[in-house]
Amino acid sequence: MKELSLNILDVAKNSVKAGASLVGIEIDETDETVKITISDDGCGMKPDFLAHVTDPFTTTRTTRPVGLGLPLLKLEAEQTGGGLEITSRHRDEFPDSHGTVTSALFYKNHIDMTPLGDVIGSLVTLIQGSPDIDFKFIHKMPEREVSLDTRELREVLGEDVPLDTPDVLVWITENLKGQYSGEE
Amino acid sequence: MKSLAELAAIRERMKDRVVLREGQGDIRVVVGMATCGIAAGARPVLSAFVEGVANAGLSDKVTVTQTGCIGICQYEPVVEVFEAGKEKVTYVKMTADKAKEVIEKHLKGGSPVAEYTIGQNQ
Repeated sequence: MKELSLNILDVAKNSVKAGASLVGIEIDETDETVKITISDDGCGMKPDFLAHVTDPFTTTRTTRPVGLGLPLLKLEAEQTGGGLEITSRHRDEFPDSHGTVTSALFYKNHIDMTPLGDVIGSLVTLIQGSPDIDFKFIHKMPEREVSLDTRELREVLGEDVPLDTPDVLVWITENLKGQYSGEE
Repeated sequence: MKSLAELAAIRERMKDRVVLREGQGDIRVVVGMATCGIAAGARPVLSAFVEGVANAGLSDKVTVTQTGCIGICQYEPVVEVFEAGKEKVTYVKMTADKAKEVIEKHLKGGSPVAEYTIGQNQ
């Protein structure tokens, strides 16, 4: 992938497919590292599926038996000296606390670091694609913190106006841009 | 920065209109957004359709949705246009600029842009 934000979009879509109602996207950035964590309350994975989940020949897609989403993220993390960690609880075994947490660590000064890219574009794409799911986004940086919780937006919008309304998507984009540029 | 008050204003403006929109939308634009599509550049293509359809005032007629892998990864980004009573049109190797052209000529004008369809790119 050309941008880590595209990996975020791709991996968060796994959470959507797992039937999550809330997807957490956290980017924790220091001067040396970036840690991306995607967590969900979806159906989770059974241990035998989890054990092979970063194998390119493991996939949930039905069009062909190859899935490159997690293998790509793993490769991109490892090529900076970091790595990928996934924990998951399947709903059969954990009916009240199921879900998956995918966490990738990157050393951002490494020459093979993939740039973060258009994080706002990925978030807006996720919300447009799944307006009934909630996303809790937080990007911690040394100088500031940017966040968005669609549950708060839903409270303001009520039931009549869905999150994928074009004006709302524009609002989300502008709001996040403002937060990134440090506007009050 | 856009405040919550502005979001509340959007609600006031939209709440009556949205109800009218339910069940309409004669044209459906579907963008493939699996790993293959995303890696090939589907995100800006989707944004171009979402923004372009809204700006062209086509929101009542056209809905833009995302789907998983369509099965022709080598042609990604792939966009399918479904219209009631017409044959499906499959656009391949799309870009944001091509999307703008499709909105103008196909969604607005009614004639598919043949040169971007799969039939002319095999």
